[in-house]
Amino acid sequence: MLLEAIDRDLLEGAHGAAAARAMAMLVRYGEARKAERFIPIQSAHIDSCLYHGPSSVDFARRYAQLGGRVRVPTTLNVGAVDTLHPGVNCGRASLVPVQKELTELYVQLGCVPTLTCAPYQRRARPGFGDHVAWAESNAIAFVNSVLGARTDRYGDFTDLFAALTGRVPLAGLHLDAQRRPTVGVEVIAPDDVDLPRDVYFACVGYVLGARVAGKVPLLCGLPDDSSEDELKALGAAAASSGSIALFHVLGVTPEARTLAAATQGHEVAHGTPISAADLHAALSKLCPLEEGEAVAAMCLGTPHFSMEEFRGLGRALRGRKPAPGVEVYVSTSREIASAVQSDPVWMDLEAFGVRIVVDVCTYLAPVVRSPEGAIVTNSGKYAHYGPGNIGRRIGLMSLERCIRSVEQGRVAP
Amino acid sequence: MRLQGQPLVDGEVAARLMKLEMPLSLWGGLDAQTGAIMDATHPQRGACLAGAVVAMFAARGSSSSSSTLVEAVRLGKAPAGFILTQPDPILTIGSLVAADLYGIEVPIMIIHPGRWMELPGNGSARIHRGGLITVWRDGGALA
Repeated sequence: MLLEAIDRDLLEGAHGAAAARAMAMLVRYGEARKAERFIPIQSAHIDSCLYHGPSSVDFARRYAQLGGRVRVPTTLNVGAVDTLHPGVNCGRASLVPVQKELTELYVQLGCVPTLTCAPYQRRARPGFGDHVAWAESNAIAFVNSVLGARTDRYGDFTDLFAALTGRVPLAGLHLDAQRRPTVGVEVIAPDDVDLPRDVYFACVGYVLGARVAGKVPLLCGLPDDSSEDELKALGAAAASSGSIALFHVLGVTPEARTLAAATQGHEVAHGTPISAADLHAALSKLCPLEEGEAVAAMCLGTPHFSMEEFRGLGRALRGRKPAPGVEVYVSTSREIASAVQSDPVWMDLEAFGVRIVVDVCTYLAPVVRSPEGAIVTNSGKYAHYGPGNIGRRIGLMSLERCIRSVEQGRVAP
Repeated sequence: MRLQGQPLVDGEVAARLMKLEMPLSLWGGLDAQTGAIMDATHPQRGACLAGAVVAMFAARGSSSSSSTLVEAVRLGKAPAGFILTQPDPILTIGSLVAADLYGIEVPIMIIHPGRWMELPGNGSARIHRGGLITVWRDGGALA
């Protein structure tokens, strides 16, 4: 690879032993990625902070002991357990001290312990065209698609190497040519399909991921007023069913304001349209629950809930009551949790018995107390990964139907 | 058979050969505790990859696969080496980090896709530093 002065300095140890080792790793990564040179990044988001086993700690400790310090603002993805409120954890208690140690090592390396899968909901977030090195599939999809910043699909270890050097190989989705849509997908409009809007976006994402994995889709037919939260749900579902790292929505996302801007004169293949039948098929896969089946809990916030979503939830819950014993959990970041708890909406949430979970996703870290009964959610990603990870019956449905099911203690019609 | 591979991560190893009929995502697909394939949709589910030279047409799947490889190396349950037909950055990083943390080499060699069909389903393989690969069929005859 072609090395600039800064790359050589990094390799030769001018910025410390940790950065030198990280840069040497990135050169090998870049060669495997067939990149010609490196570019600077503005920020990094790290997924290596999720505890997979003792090797996760060995890795972070290695770079901390070498005196490593991140060279760009760096946030942390979720951990394996909520170490702030260990009482909420129903999984292995032994995870708490090791996750704590791992998080502390990353803080020592200079990372901000955001412990969120939705770093794009922070006030400071990447701008259009910025190059960043982000890990976590939903965050990658969001930052590329909705913000128009540029990240390749980074993951364990490489995310820290990028943060310690501030450099990444120029490859993949950092390149204009790799960001252009390769397949056009016509999607039935929400008004023409008999599905609530939140379920619609989750199912569109789920079908999309399974159908065009490895491609860059250009979606046509989504509503002009598709919100960030709706695109977040779509991207998270698409990244779950088919590792989609970038999608464009005609007239909505920043690289596809117009057809000409999106395609830049290049041919885009016609993909199979997404029909009402496709969306209903996805829904029946993601909601195997039967009406009347007992409900143990409602789990929201996959990806982490935004302030707007908390406000919407508060309005929807006002004056209602859960059936005895049914639990309600919402996952979010520490930052949003503290903002919500000092906001008037907290009164409505608290009155309904909403419990906020931070630092984790509740499909990885079990929190539901009751051993029996189904979990309802409005997240396609949760419904996709939950059954395998926590071994529960899980059903995707609209927020309104989730709440009705919590009120009745049974899956509502 | 003798093949000249391109070392993505260089190293030396001789072990039994396991040719995968389908690509495998190590994250969610390989049980780091046992070295067995645990992906329920994989045709070779249950087969043990610990200590074997694993031939895989292409790597696939989650970027957390590098963590799975390193954890498996730590536990002594990782493949001894890989033969691929195209470079994979995620396995590269997993192999380099494992060598750095635990001093164990997991070489990764790239062979021409045209030679893939000639690799036997099992047998044994020796990977030489620099990329030369020798493959024997079960019973000891050169493949």
